[in-house]
Amino acid sequence: MSSFLSQLHFQLSCALQQRIEICKLRQGEHLILGFSIGGGIDQDPGQNPFSEDKSDKGIYVTRVTPGGPAEVAGLMMGDKVMQVNGWDMTMVTHDQARKRLTKKNEDIVRLLVTRKSLEQAVRHSMM
Amino acid sequence: MDTESTYSGYSYYSGRSRGSHRHGERSRDHHKSRSKDGSRSEKSVTINAPPAEPLLGDSSVLGEEVQDDNWGETTTAVTGTSEHSLSQEDIVRITKDLEDSVGLDCRRYFSLTLAVVLGLLVFLTPLAFLALPHLLWPDKLLVCGTACEGLFISVAFKLLILLLAVWALFFRAPRAGLPRVFVFRALLAVLVLLFVVSYWLFYGVRILDSQDENYQGIVQYAVSLVDALLFIHYLAIVLLELRQLQPAFSVCVTRSTDGETRHYNLGQLSIQRAALAIIENYYRDFSVHNPALLTASKSRAAKHLAGLKVYNVDGPGNNAATGLAHSQSRAMIAAAARRRDTNHNELYYEEAEHERRVRKRKARLVVAVEEAFTHIKRMQEEEQKKAPGDVMDPREAAQAIFPSMARSLQKYLRTTRQQHCHSMESIQQHLAFCITNNMTPKAFLESYLNPGPTLQYGRERWLARQWTLVSEASVTSGLKEGAIFLLKCIDFSLVVTTKRIPYIQLSEEFIDPKSHKFVLRLQSETSV
Repeated sequence: MSSFLSQLHFQLSCALQQRIEICKLRQGEHLILGFSIGGGIDQDPGQNPFSEDKSDKGIYVTRVTPGGPAEVAGLMMGDKVMQVNGWDMTMVTHDQARKRLTKKNEDIVRLLVTRKSLEQAVRHSMM
Repeated sequence: MDTESTYSGYSYYSGRSRGSHRHGERSRDHHKSRSKDGSRSEKSVTINAPPAEPLLGDSSVLGEEVQDDNWGETTTAVTGTSEHSLSQEDIVRITKDLEDSVGLDCRRYFSLTLAVVLGLLVFLTPLAFLALPHLLWPDKLLVCGTACEGLFISVAFKLLILLLAVWALFFRAPRAGLPRVFVFRALLAVLVLLFVVSYWLFYGVRILDSQDENYQGIVQYAVSLVDALLFIHYLAIVLLELRQLQPAFSVCVTRSTDGETRHYNLGQLSIQRAALAIIENYYRDFSVHNPALLTASKSRAAKHLAGLKVYNVDGPGNNAATGLAHSQSRAMIAAAARRRDTNHNELYYEEAEHERRVRKRKARLVVAVEEAFTHIKRMQEEEQKKAPGDVMDPREAAQAIFPSMARSLQKYLRTTRQQHCHSMESIQQHLAFCITNNMTPKAFLESYLNPGPTLQYGRERWLARQWTLVSEASVTSGLKEGAIFLLKCIDFSLVVTTKRIPYIQLSEEFIDPKSHKFVLRLQSETSV
């Protein structure tokens, strides 16, 4: 019983955050990921349509290019990016976030994202 | 209905002016109120059981019964607009408007003579103080040295200043006759009298009796008297003029016939002086009272009552007056509710129709007047020599163009029920005035399109001598929070309520000019 519960707990904590691996696509001389970000500590958090808490200054995915590498990897619009390749993205400026995602010497970025719908889905399954 | 029964809560003031009834006024009041209700076509015989009112000044009132048939006798309040004031008036100006001064001259002249006597006493006393020693014991007096003679100059100039100051403050044509004596003036007069009398007493005992030789001391005594009189004059300025300048109360004045309301800020005044200030503002701010505009609502009210006749079969009732009144009103309201009421519909269409008619007439009038004004041209100087034939002065020019606009103006005035406010003579006079001053047709029409303040119209509309102050509190007491009093004219009244201006607490906030800093609100989206 307790192991079942701990397994469930593990699943819960993992399911609230999803790890997504995106392979960058080469287009001409740019490496693109196929999504757009918004937010940052230097931005106005009140205008973020995806955040629940309007004082959340994190980095959110505002658009996902259809057929791009991000969509293929499972990134969805409205995801909040928590980490990129181990770098924290919750307390960065907009420009710092952009730089961390577009490093020219990296071909793959591993994102840790959290999603509203994930939490809801888990809560539903719990009931 | 009964305009008088609404005042049942107020007691009419009485007393002092009982002796000065103006009988002419009373009969005029009777006649007016009688004719007013004679014109109402259908009057239901409602039995009023008014509470016992302390209506004073009319002996017939005390015998008033429940059957209020002779209510015409009871409407008169004592008109106390006597010309009573303690100011030192210019005698010449008293004799204006003789017809209303029947029976009051004695009171006015009494106060005038009192004031003149007091003034003479005040001015002649220092001179008497200075002159009497020379007359009574000239040989014993010490010679007046330089300092003493210097004091003569000082006395002379101070008396001159006092004379000018008294002239400025008191020698003014009285602007109103108040019902009761002006308390501050009376107090000041008494103070001055006491003061001068006490100086005379001292002078008589210590100087005249003992025949003091020190003339310089006497002169200094006279100078001190004049100084003190100047200080009393300063006190008079403060009490009479300065104290009421700072606003302390806000009064709300409503006309009872059409509800027009204004608010004024007044200082700390007695009720009668506040009433005076309000009436003077009334003449400036309120539009002229036009009884013709109220006939529509009166006819509606008459129609309401026409269907119902209520009789009291129990005779002059001993039952509780309120119980009787309650049952009567309940019966009437129930009956009215049962009747199918389409009055609001009629009112709406009637008003819309009237609006339309007024606008049409106004359009015709404006066009006619503009056309009439084009026939007139101001003649220039050079032309005067060339064509001396057809030259007119403003009156003739007005008479020349008046016929072309007379008809449309008359029709417009009739539609807006203003025709009795303007006589043909006054219209022509106004037209001549506008032509002389190069006014446009629109400026000429302005006084006919919008009703102006009362002073704009002829003297017979002013009714300046018909005001009555109706107040529960004594009229010489000061204004207080929540004081209510009435200013009654012949067929309307002004209801005045008082409120104190709130105590304002103002706090300060300092903003450093360097603290005005701004940042941009960014919301950028970057694609990666």
